[in-house]
Amino acid sequence: MIQKEDLIIRVAGESGDGSNATGEMLAQAAARSGLHVFTFRTTPAEIKGGPVMFQVRASNNPVRSMGDAVDVMFAFNQEAWDINHTSLAHHPVLLFDPDEFTPPASYTGAAYPVPIGRIALEAGNRRGKNVVAMGVVAAMFGLGLSRLEDIVRAKLGKKVEYLESNLAALQAGIDYAHGLKRTDKLWIEASTEREHYVMTGNQAIVAGALHAGVGFFAGYPITPASDIMEGIASTLPKLGGGYLQAEDEIASIMACVGASYAGKKAMTATSGPGLALMGEAIGLASMAEIPVVVVDAQRGGPSTGLPTKTEQSDLNIAVYGGHGDSPRIVLAPASVAECFSLTVWAFNLAEEYQSPVIILSDYSLSFRTETIAPFDLSRYPVVHRKQPEGEIQPKEYQRYHVNGSYVSPMALPGTPNASYTATGLEHDEFGNPAYTSEFHMMMTEKRWHKLDALKSSRKYVRRFGDPSAKVGIICWGTTAGAGRGAIHLARQEELPLAMLQVEMLSPLPVDAIQEFIDSVEVVLVPEVNYQGQFAKLIQAEMGIRVHSLVQYAGMPFSRLAILRKVHELMEIGEPVVD
Amino acid sequence: MSSIPISDVVVRKPADYKTDLKPIWCPGCGDFAVLAAIQQSLAALQIDPKDLVIVSGIGCSSRLPGFVESYGLHTVHGRSLPAAQGIKLARPELTVMAVGGDGDYFSIGAGHLPHAFRRDINITCIVMDNEIYGLTKGQTSPTSPHGHVTKSTPMGNPAFPLRPLALALSSGATYVARGFSSQPKQLAELIRKGMEHQGFSFIQAMSPCVTFYDTYKIYKEKVYQIPADHDPHDVAAAMRYAMEADRMPLGLIYQATPAERPAPVEPKAFDTLAYLARYQA
Repeated sequence: MIQKEDLIIRVAGESGDGSNATGEMLAQAAARSGLHVFTFRTTPAEIKGGPVMFQVRASNNPVRSMGDAVDVMFAFNQEAWDINHTSLAHHPVLLFDPDEFTPPASYTGAAYPVPIGRIALEAGNRRGKNVVAMGVVAAMFGLGLSRLEDIVRAKLGKKVEYLESNLAALQAGIDYAHGLKRTDKLWIEASTEREHYVMTGNQAIVAGALHAGVGFFAGYPITPASDIMEGIASTLPKLGGGYLQAEDEIASIMACVGASYAGKKAMTATSGPGLALMGEAIGLASMAEIPVVVVDAQRGGPSTGLPTKTEQSDLNIAVYGGHGDSPRIVLAPASVAECFSLTVWAFNLAEEYQSPVIILSDYSLSFRTETIAPFDLSRYPVVHRKQPEGEIQPKEYQRYHVNGSYVSPMALPGTPNASYTATGLEHDEFGNPAYTSEFHMMMTEKRWHKLDALKSSRKYVRRFGDPSAKVGIICWGTTAGAGRGAIHLARQEELPLAMLQVEMLSPLPVDAIQEFIDSVEVVLVPEVNYQGQFAKLIQAEMGIRVHSLVQYAGMPFSRLAILRKVHELMEIGEPVVD
Repeated sequence: MSSIPISDVVVRKPADYKTDLKPIWCPGCGDFAVLAAIQQSLAALQIDPKDLVIVSGIGCSSRLPGFVESYGLHTVHGRSLPAAQGIKLARPELTVMAVGGDGDYFSIGAGHLPHAFRRDINITCIVMDNEIYGLTKGQTSPTSPHGHVTKSTPMGNPAFPLRPLALALSSGATYVARGFSSQPKQLAELIRKGMEHQGFSFIQAMSPCVTFYDTYKIYKEKVYQIPADHDPHDVAAAMRYAMEADRMPLGLIYQATPAERPAPVEPKAFDTLAYLARYQA
């Protein structure tokens, strides 16, 4: 066997046939053994039936994207082969259930029949196909072989009789694999033990919100954001926080605006259709300067679109989607770890600037699991909004007093002598309705100027790669993972490549972006939407031309797709990558 | 805004709940009487203005929070109820009131109403119903009569008016009442009782618009007092009053005891590391 740098295994089948569970347990076992893991899954939009796949990329180095070609595929049925065979690597390994289908003669890679149903039956566990498959894969390719039993005990060991039959199925799978005559040499195992968490993006957002001190959450079910609401529902009420499953997204955001006005840190989570409904209320939060955090787990659009496919196409509505001149802060995490850190930042920014903050996650990030190093919590201090200090005299308090920072202390109900009415109408410094040109200009400038400092901040960009690169990639959100993967591949062919990950899309940190642009000759902006929304935003804000690379197939970018474009721009032929 | 140093005040009078802002309403508008009734109820219950939040939507009547000495949240059209619920869930110790007009509660925000009823969160909701859109200068509203000619229905209103009290009853409301701005004493009493009610209280306050649909005369002919022998716990009897179309019964139509609520949970600090342990590989 030859230890691989990383290995990509895809288990494909039909919803409910155990293929997803197989992938999930393999990922857990691999992570527990010390490997870095990055999973990716697709599911149908309906509850029953339809093709699914679960992919595990495992490595002894940190992994930041789903990778490129699939090294090992386990096809549970004919359709799984039909859909997924084009993703296979040059020298792939195929495992297949011979009772379901036979690979075509045109397939020339390694192939092993694994009659999972029969093996499970013989082991006395008719429903143990997933455990058999897991045993076979781990015995053949390593992963978390030594940890499989732990996982079976943890996941399937609630009842003794189930545990016994599942362990029997697992052993039958392992034994079957040992009996195979191998023609391939793929193998990966952990080189060292590592302490890490295995989390999804949505789980990390929940943890980040709780760490930041969320005190109120309201939401409405929508894929792929529902499990943020569910995660909060099972924790926040026990901490004394407020929680509401609202009647729609408008009610969700309005309840958050109310709760935040009353002094609690408030959050809602939705996807594109919900964000569209929240537009007016986000404008109110902008106008009345009320902190609120909105998570948009993007999916394919417009309209109901592709509820279970990924896209980065809500940038425009997040950044520009308000009526009137309505400032807002928009953040975009690229990884599960950043789902935690940027959620903490989102609350801190909302509090510090008394502004709505939108977090743009996406479907691929919502549900994928990654291994992440334990957080150093000292790096995530928690910020609270500024409140008036000392005793307030009657008629003295000005809720919207214009000062040097343009952020005015916000009194909470219960504060003596500070009562005021927050309104969506234009107002004077006391908050009273005032429509004169003078007040509209003064308050418009107040609302925008308070965010000016963020434009020159260096905190919300990350630079990667070679300082001498001629081609620079600018990425946002999950595409940054593939961008960093492209840098890794480029290094192998000694091609200098640099990348700037922009974590704040509004206000755009223009100084840091300008520095990056000045350091390269060509700028490439890859993103998962048709219009090239980020490329256009950069062109408009920075006044330069960039090369836009778009993909709108409902799938995340691969490293190779970005590297290919870099080669094309440099006119150096196709990249040679196995 | 005027404010009352708490330590000095022994008894608050209705006038203590006035602010320096002058109402924007037309002379003769029913909303003046509703405002006065609210201020009387607040004085009757000696509510501390610093612990009171009045939430509203958009419309003439929704400007009311600015005229009451209290905290206020003047939101967007139709969305006062979710905002009010957010405030009450976040800070249960506050007194929360939601006010607005028939456009706010029965048209654009109507989707929020049944859910507010069935959640039964302790909020007092006062709808100033004038059966017309006043702020936008006289279009037909969800409670305008069938056939009513307005600028937006020049051939007459093709739809039939909503019956808000019946909607409340069918959605599980626990306090349902109707008052009239020309009978301010009763209105103030209905509001006060609503504020004392420990669940969601709904008060339809008939409040004519003198400029675009002057109904004083019509209402005076239609209204009558619900007889003293009406049992407000009798939902079937309440429904008969709620469904009346030709006449307009005034008074407490229905009241039920709100369901027991779990005691509020004392806020606890969140232990991030302990929470994250569940994700350890």
